[in-house]
Amino acid sequence: MLMRVTDSTDAAATKTPSFLARERTIAGPGFNRWLIPPAALAVHLCIGQAYATSVYKTDLVEHFDSSLTAVGIIFSIAIVMLGLSAAIAGKWVDHGGPRQAMFAAACCWSTGFMVGALGIATEQLWLVYLGYGFIGGIGLGIGYISPVSTLIKWFPDRPGLATGMAIMGFGGGALIASPVSSNLLEFYSSRFEGGNAVAALFVTLGAIYLAFMMFGAFTIKVPADDWKPQGYDPSTTKARSMVTTANVSADTAIRTPQFWLLWTVLFCNVTAGIGILEQAEPMIGDFFPDNSTAVAGAAGFVGLLSIFNMAGRFGWSSTSDVIGRKPIYMIYLGVGMILYLGLALIGSSSLVLFVAFAAIIISFYGGGFATVPAYLKDLFGTFEVGAIHGRLLTAWSAAGIAGPLIVNGFLDFSGGEPGELTSSAYQPALFTMVGVLGVGFVANLLIRPVHDRFHETTPESDKAAVQ
Amino acid sequence: MSDQQQPSTDDTDTVSTGRLTLTWALVVVPLAYGVFATLRGTVSLFTG
Repeated sequence: MLMRVTDSTDAAATKTPSFLARERTIAGPGFNRWLIPPAALAVHLCIGQAYATSVYKTDLVEHFDSSLTAVGIIFSIAIVMLGLSAAIAGKWVDHGGPRQAMFAAACCWSTGFMVGALGIATEQLWLVYLGYGFIGGIGLGIGYISPVSTLIKWFPDRPGLATGMAIMGFGGGALIASPVSSNLLEFYSSRFEGGNAVAALFVTLGAIYLAFMMFGAFTIKVPADDWKPQGYDPSTTKARSMVTTANVSADTAIRTPQFWLLWTVLFCNVTAGIGILEQAEPMIGDFFPDNSTAVAGAAGFVGLLSIFNMAGRFGWSSTSDVIGRKPIYMIYLGVGMILYLGLALIGSSSLVLFVAFAAIIISFYGGGFATVPAYLKDLFGTFEVGAIHGRLLTAWSAAGIAGPLIVNGFLDFSGGEPGELTSSAYQPALFTMVGVLGVGFVANLLIRPVHDRFHETTPESDKAAVQ
Repeated sequence: MSDQQQPSTDDTDTVSTGRLTLTWALVVVPLAYGVFATLRGTVSLFTG
């Protein structure tokens, strides 16, 4: 196993330009590890733009004389490619180092915007599918996982805090991209006709994101083999039964029940969160049709949820360093069930209660994303944690299909359109989400430490990952 | 600075602190702008 990894790493090293090679990114003595989180954030803040596509969606529909569904496919392709590329390129990211992965992500993400802009300017929707959807989606997947294993190696004492900071950026990226895109679109609309303003916006965003992600790529470094934080004693991790000091390879990990139980946990948590996010804007109006504050503040409600999504990623993931990964998922899923029940049964009685329930649910949704790399590190070690994380993200892609299907299916069955319904129309979907979270809760309860037979046989396997 | 592998010289510390501040500023400033702009949009939820 060790030989195979070393061989493939050597082969990769011969093909990689030297300035991107892992050995060029090993930090020297005195390097401050607090430079790593902003490098990771630089990438995640850029790729988080994927959640701000609604700003120009209507313009694209008019420009292509198409439908919302046809334009929505651009985003769907990007999310599917995120899951696929993270799963497929995970080992390459782990063994090749974070700099080349971030460099590749920056090139793909930026090229996606440029090809997309060409598609808009020439009125070829398929080019936008290829550009933003396919090429950009690859950038999303590689960019999402690129800093994860590096952060965990720099912060073995606080992996939840470290990955929480980076993955918070994915939520924060949309908060930045939304107002920036709106302002840029307004500026370009006075200079370009029709959808060409969106093409100009794409070119601008592509250039900005390329520069910003390259800043991240050339700031990131990996720790030396024998590095550990001052005062950190690795033997203390052995004292916690759910935290291993052994290592499991990515290929072996997917043969363990723990991987699939955690896959189920993530799938259920994301499915339930998407259920709220998908319908947030019409939902608040449907719950409080006679409340002018709720109707007027629907867009603000969505913004508030975005902030809680981002804050939950950092706050809950950091908390997991203190209380443990399994207990925090019991909170996400168990308390989430109670909150969903509350939304269904008493949510319409008070606007404050409704907003509070939804905001906490969304913070759990974000927390679930940010805590999972640290949970994987606890169960499988640091050897190929990035690759395992990449494979686990297929749960996100699957939930991205299941969540909206469940909610839209029940709402369609009620016979009305979101925005013209009552709170009772949402109850079947909300009760279903309680059941989904229950499945996740049981799956989390069943997670036990990985059996010794799955561990890498050589104690040097961890070093092989950074050679 | 307490997380460094080895104690560094004053020069290194000065450079590191400046670079650290600049690096964090590059990500925190846009993020703060995004949060501020979003919070401004949520005011209507509380004021009608």
